[in-house]
Amino acid sequence: MTGFSTLLYKEVLRFWKVSFQTVGAPVLTSVLYLMIFSHVLEEHVEVFAGVSYTSFLVPGLIMMSVLQNAFANSSSSLIQSKITGNLVFVLLPPISYREFYAAYVLASVLRGAFVGLGVGLAALPFADLAPQSPLWIAAFALMGGAMLGSLGVVAGIWAEKFDQLAGFQNFLIMPLTMLSGVFYSIHSLPAFWQAVSHVNPFFYMIDGFRYGFFGQSDVSPWASLGVVVVCLVLVAGLTLNMLSRGYKLRS
Amino acid sequence: MTVPAIAVSGASKRYGAVRALDGVDLEVGAGEFFGLLGPNGAGKTTLISALAGLVRVDSGSLKVMGHDVVADYRDARRQLGVVPQELVFDPFFTVREALRIQSGYFGIRRNDDWIDEILGHLDLTAKADANMRSLSGGMKRRVLVAQALVHRPPVIVLDEPTAGVDVELRQGLWQFVRRLNRDGHTIVLTTHYLEEAETLCTRIAMLKSGRVVALDTTENLLARFATHTLRVRLASPLGADLGALRQERGWLEFALERYDEVEGMLRRVREAGGEIVEMQLGEPDLEKVFVGVMHS
Repeated sequence: MTGFSTLLYKEVLRFWKVSFQTVGAPVLTSVLYLMIFSHVLEEHVEVFAGVSYTSFLVPGLIMMSVLQNAFANSSSSLIQSKITGNLVFVLLPPISYREFYAAYVLASVLRGAFVGLGVGLAALPFADLAPQSPLWIAAFALMGGAMLGSLGVVAGIWAEKFDQLAGFQNFLIMPLTMLSGVFYSIHSLPAFWQAVSHVNPFFYMIDGFRYGFFGQSDVSPWASLGVVVVCLVLVAGLTLNMLSRGYKLRS
Repeated sequence: MTVPAIAVSGASKRYGAVRALDGVDLEVGAGEFFGLLGPNGAGKTTLISALAGLVRVDSGSLKVMGHDVVADYRDARRQLGVVPQELVFDPFFTVREALRIQSGYFGIRRNDDWIDEILGHLDLTAKADANMRSLSGGMKRRVLVAQALVHRPPVIVLDEPTAGVDVELRQGLWQFVRRLNRDGHTIVLTTHYLEEAETLCTRIAMLKSGRVVALDTTENLLARFATHTLRVRLASPLGADLGALRQERGWLEFALERYDEVEGMLRRVREAGGEIVEMQLGEPDLEKVFVGVMHS
């Protein structure tokens, strides 16, 4: 257990030492989104009955930050360690691949949670946030963060250069999170794009997370939970399989 | 019978068409100071990486203090400290943080007494709270040594630890490693500096194209492969041919098996009418052995 807890501590310390960039910067980005979109759309859009657009937007922004930062944490840590060669310090000790996985993913969840909390606190002056069921919020944040942290492990191990990782992030993670209903309800979309949204697992994470705040959502939170659990199990299975084979880590 | 520190049996590893290891059999006894020599690409680093679990061999087995590096990897890795060849470091941490973290990876929580001791021996105490980024290359190299020692491994592998290291640091490092060896640690060393291997190692294996081509005590290797040389400068050239190895600028060089052949050789020179003005004796050295083995 000490191996796992030390690796977790090291991963948290790593992002915490540069928290200005790893927590502060994404909070600022989200606040900018919030100010701009709420300024433009507050008067024109009401997605859920009795919920202002700004209030609707905040949970989506929080969850988007959780997901993007969870991914960024494990992927950037791994690729930096691989490229600088210091991953050897983690590969030489008697740490099992399961401990390795758990430490990287949990650190990613924590980074996502810190950023999400920061976005939530920064949004307080702009919106009424009275979470209706914190359990749903915690469940979706935890599982969404774990899934993206796990995807980050896959990307960080697979990528051999920073631009490959940037490609993964910019052409997969960013579009999927941005097009997941953070800024709108998918019911406002044409039928075709509604159908497309339904195959995006990120949509269910955002929708379920938002349900925890308003008790309203585009689809049932149980359905969202089911989709997220299945996706998490699949991604975790893939990642653990890669790690157990030592893919690109132990030749 | 005591368990060997390292036991490699039939280890083979291919990378495409290249055989990095080609049926390596090797045993290093506990407490030995063992040298692993060979030209670049001979398989030294692959063998070390396989011992450390960084490379998985295609066939054969490797054990550290009796623990298989795959089936029993946790115990095998606890017995092994590896100083990697590359000068790697984690720029996020200070020296002390890096060593505490490394201790934790090996399951050791409060390790500060031992960490302080290692820092003292490696002359790093003043830099304990400095960020890794701010250290010179030589200091980073010493931190790598410290990181390999946090868990007090009985077997220590140093992969070219003195490449690009200045003389003072090299001597300090060897003093420390010798001390570790005296304290009972098994040391396995790879180096391109053959004079280092000759003075430090009691037994040596030479690798070539993934195979062990020589394995013996340093003394036996020197005796078996290397010759003494006798060089004499004469007042005037000799008429007779005495079987000199080389002849240049008035110097004649003879190869001798043993020192007791010197007297006989000198007598033959004198009998042939040679007047010796200057004389030099050459010791056998590992470089000659190395070149001889690699070309045989």
